[in-house]
Amino acid sequence: MGFYDLSTPFIYVLFLLLLPFGIPNILLYLLAFGTGLTLDAFYDTMGVHATACVVLAFVRISFISISLNKDAIDDPEPALSYMGFQWFALYSFLCISTHHLVLFFLETFRLTEIGYTLMRCGISCIFTLGLILLVEFIFYKRTSR
Amino acid sequence: MRNLWIFISRYNAFFLFIIFFLIGIYLTVKNNAYQRSVTLNSTNEVVGTAYERFNVFKRYLNLGKVNDSLAAENAKLKTTLLALTTVDSAMDVKVIDTTTNQQYTYIAAKVVKNSVTLRNNVMTVNKGTLDGLEPGMAVISPQQGVVGFIRDVSAHLATIQSLLHKDTKISVNIKRNNALGSLVWGDNNFDIRKAFIKEVPNHIKMNVGDTVVTSGLGKFPAGILVGRLSRTNIATNDNFLSAELNLFNDFSTLQYVYVIKNKLAKEQELLENPVKPKE
Repeated sequence: MGFYDLSTPFIYVLFLLLLPFGIPNILLYLLAFGTGLTLDAFYDTMGVHATACVVLAFVRISFISISLNKDAIDDPEPALSYMGFQWFALYSFLCISTHHLVLFFLETFRLTEIGYTLMRCGISCIFTLGLILLVEFIFYKRTSR
Repeated sequence: MRNLWIFISRYNAFFLFIIFFLIGIYLTVKNNAYQRSVTLNSTNEVVGTAYERFNVFKRYLNLGKVNDSLAAENAKLKTTLLALTTVDSAMDVKVIDTTTNQQYTYIAAKVVKNSVTLRNNVMTVNKGTLDGLEPGMAVISPQQGVVGFIRDVSAHLATIQSLLHKDTKISVNIKRNNALGSLVWGDNNFDIRKAFIKEVPNHIKMNVGDTVVTSGLGKFPAGILVGRLSRTNIATNDNFLSAELNLFNDFSTLQYVYVIKNKLAKEQELLENPVKPKE
């Protein structure tokens, strides 16, 4: 019994998570769409990653505007070393889980395998989140906080 | 009008999201529904070359295993050769030359990209239209077992929709009693060594260990070994039987494949779907 064949981590979302706070929405969406299309070209899944990335961008914008006061942001980017563990963990968890949900449901494209899809989504989500937190701790800037 | 612009620019995040989301969904659905004429996939020059470069390294690591399988194939061929040469030629037999009207020919191709972890797996091989490949051709593995169908073809590369894909369905027989069924993968079990045979009529008796071969009704020639039944009589909600089988070939270690060229494919298609004369 192994979960290895069920979980596929998608570390590339970290690029979209770490884009600076001041980025215009249109640029963020274009970058997200472009990143997704690049992934799609290599995975032969036209549009699946692109859509998931666009959803991630929307969740990112919404979460930042709800949880932070836009005028009082003085940190350059939403990284772990600036924002603290709690905020960053919640932020990345929300973004990753919506991204993976959209990704796996579009990939499967049918509801009859919903149990399998959800399990795959959940396990992959944990895997990606773990790896992203690990990367963020490795590149932790101690002086900034 | 001014208010509308203010409204849109205030909630621009949402409206931009809608636009990009719809584009994404459109691409996905289009790719699912039609036999994709999209150029941005791994038959694309840039992506294809990248995979080919990477594959040079991978091939080196697998040399040992490939050697073994070639040796095994060699041995098999030698045995058949021996059997052919030891036929008593003094006997008066009429020799029919079957090579000139052979229906199927094989084109060997190297796998340059393979995936087994997704729900819908696609692989890429290094042969294309210049080598005579066309979309829809059947692909088998050199040892035993079916692989899938050709999907997109460029000049030098082609993608294969493998058996591990939700749209792949292959007509198969149970060898013992010639019962017909269709082979699919991924029915709540996504083990790459297992597949399912579905739509077997109710009166057929299936035993664990029965060999499953291709039926010859689809694009595959008859009698290609597929796998062995491991679990029979799975309850389904239709009026047919289902069974689980262990596949003979291992998709994760696939290095070379044979593409089957059916010389009569065009003729058969014309005969079955004749072009109706215009009135």
